[in-house]
Amino acid sequence: MDWTFIVNTSLTTAFGPQAVVFALAAIGLNVHFGYTGLVNFGQVGFLAVGAYTVAMGVDTFGLSFWLCAFLTIFTASVLALLLGAPTLRLRADYLAIVTIAASEIIRLVLRAARFRETTGGAAGIQNFAGDFFDVNPFSGGRKALTFPGTDVGVTYSANQYWVLLVGWGLVALACLFVYLLVRSPWGRVLKAIREDEDAVRSLGKNVYVYKLQSLAIGGVIGAVGGVVLAVSRQSVTPDSMGTLLTFFAYVALVLGGAARVLGPVLGSIVFFFLSAFVDVALREAIEADVITFLVANEVGIVRNILVGLGLMVLMIYRPQGLIGDKKEVAVSVRR
Amino acid sequence: MSDADRTATADLTTSGPGTSVARDAAFAGLAPVPGVAKPDPILVVDEVRRSFGGLAAVDVEHLEVQRGAITALIGPNGAGKTTFFNLLTGFDTPNAGRWQFDGRGMSGVAAHEVARHGMVRTFQLTKSLARLTVLDNVMLGATGQRGERLLTSLLRPLWKAQEDDIRARAEDLLVRFKLDHMRDEVAGSLSGGQRKLLEMARALMVRPTMVMLDEPMAGVNPALTQSLLGHVKQLREDGMTVMFVEHDMDVVHDISDWVIVMAEGRVIAEGSPDQISSNDAVIDAYLGAHHDAPLTVDETEQRLAENEAAIESEIEERQDDG
Repeated sequence: MDWTFIVNTSLTTAFGPQAVVFALAAIGLNVHFGYTGLVNFGQVGFLAVGAYTVAMGVDTFGLSFWLCAFLTIFTASVLALLLGAPTLRLRADYLAIVTIAASEIIRLVLRAARFRETTGGAAGIQNFAGDFFDVNPFSGGRKALTFPGTDVGVTYSANQYWVLLVGWGLVALACLFVYLLVRSPWGRVLKAIREDEDAVRSLGKNVYVYKLQSLAIGGVIGAVGGVVLAVSRQSVTPDSMGTLLTFFAYVALVLGGAARVLGPVLGSIVFFFLSAFVDVALREAIEADVITFLVANEVGIVRNILVGLGLMVLMIYRPQGLIGDKKEVAVSVRR
Repeated sequence: MSDADRTATADLTTSGPGTSVARDAAFAGLAPVPGVAKPDPILVVDEVRRSFGGLAAVDVEHLEVQRGAITALIGPNGAGKTTFFNLLTGFDTPNAGRWQFDGRGMSGVAAHEVARHGMVRTFQLTKSLARLTVLDNVMLGATGQRGERLLTSLLRPLWKAQEDDIRARAEDLLVRFKLDHMRDEVAGSLSGGQRKLLEMARALMVRPTMVMLDEPMAGVNPALTQSLLGHVKQLREDGMTVMFVEHDMDVVHDISDWVIVMAEGRVIAEGSPDQISSNDAVIDAYLGAHHDAPLTVDETEQRLAENEAAIESEIEERQDDG
């Protein structure tokens, strides 16, 4: 078994474009769920809006890529208003129902054959991010980036390096933005709403407006993740926007630690590292005849079982996530 | 409290609207009947009705609350006291009715607007924000915070100075309510009584003119009750109007200037604590006309006889059937 290969493949996945996408989606969910207590089960809807704003803007309407990337802020905010305006005055469960339904509606509308001219239908839209890769400062084929003096490291193509540079830059920016927000009195109101919105109302704060702002901010951050997803593949299809994406983003958030600025980022990296590690290690072990009771095409399922078990163990022994605050969890359980 | 504030409070106790002499004068000669007009009402309620299905939970024809006094709202379970509070503070919407607070129509005003206008409430089940620190809980209460607006919140220099002032005020309040040693603990770790104190301190950060306390003594151990009562009195000495819901007649008698009694949604009596505690109608409504009064020997014997007769007739019926 080639341990260097196993570790390198896992690291490459853990810091790859997918991890960026899920980190951004989870940072958005952290604003919603971790800080405000809003249960948004349709985060993928915001990612879809982001991805299609860029893809359709460039491909269908012939706008500039950079303009479309910027427009994402507005399209995601509009979605947040549409979802939030009718539901945020109601009990928390309604937002959960409406968001999960809305994300499916968005996917099915984008998929509909009737709108194929505009949305590309089930096949989606490809090759719209040329402007982005034209300014790629990296060149050449696949290159390895290793820790000095070792063989351990990651390997990406030039285009991937460019996506990752911008992508992790956006993650850092989103974290800074969230950090500045939650240390302020505005963030204090948000956390108070999470605890008890009637108490906040009784102190003269317009809870509804704060919840709308939270939904829009987390939604925009998720939509930026959608743009990264679309650009990294130079392709967007409706079926890449399934509800599973939302739940993996929740896994990343809870794994890292909700209501911590860096929780979702750490969670996303660890999640992708672990699932890639288990996957590659199993395959290598089967190839080297170390494991004889499995065949290669069973690895996917066994990996999911093992990762699921790992998450369960984590939730039992560290319910606050990797970097959460145990004191806070203890209080919320006792309440 | 600064020296200037101290002198101001001292002045209030010797003259002005907050003094006990002035208060007693305000209530002297008022007829103890529901809806009686007060000399200087801060809150005037007219024909407020709220029904849940067929049940009229609140049906108040006219009610006035005197400024600068402690008014108790008492009544048996289900009398509609808390519903009435919810209506007045914007947490519930009435089917009909209107009311004025400080000369301003407040019906249909949202809860957070009511609080901004100076009427701040607490809750029967304390709403301490469990995962926020005690200090953050209190600081949250301050109104008009620049840092609470989305765009300014990003730039600390824009709100830092105001935040420091708010923190200083909050720490003063924590000292007054003897919670300063807990300031950095999460509020969820406080005891029930401490949470009541915390809620009161938080409400004071809003700088209210009227404080509405929903069962401030419920679930508080007796040792803390006296301290809580002291704090409620202090609110009045500081010039605030206090209205509170309570079950315990003894507590009411001790601290309130005026008592309003509700039963089945209506105001059935008003008066000074002495007038209310000697009012037979109130005692009947409050305790139930007969049920909770101790039985006399005659009554006990009569009931025993009734029960025995019932049992015997049942036995006879069964024997007939068998």
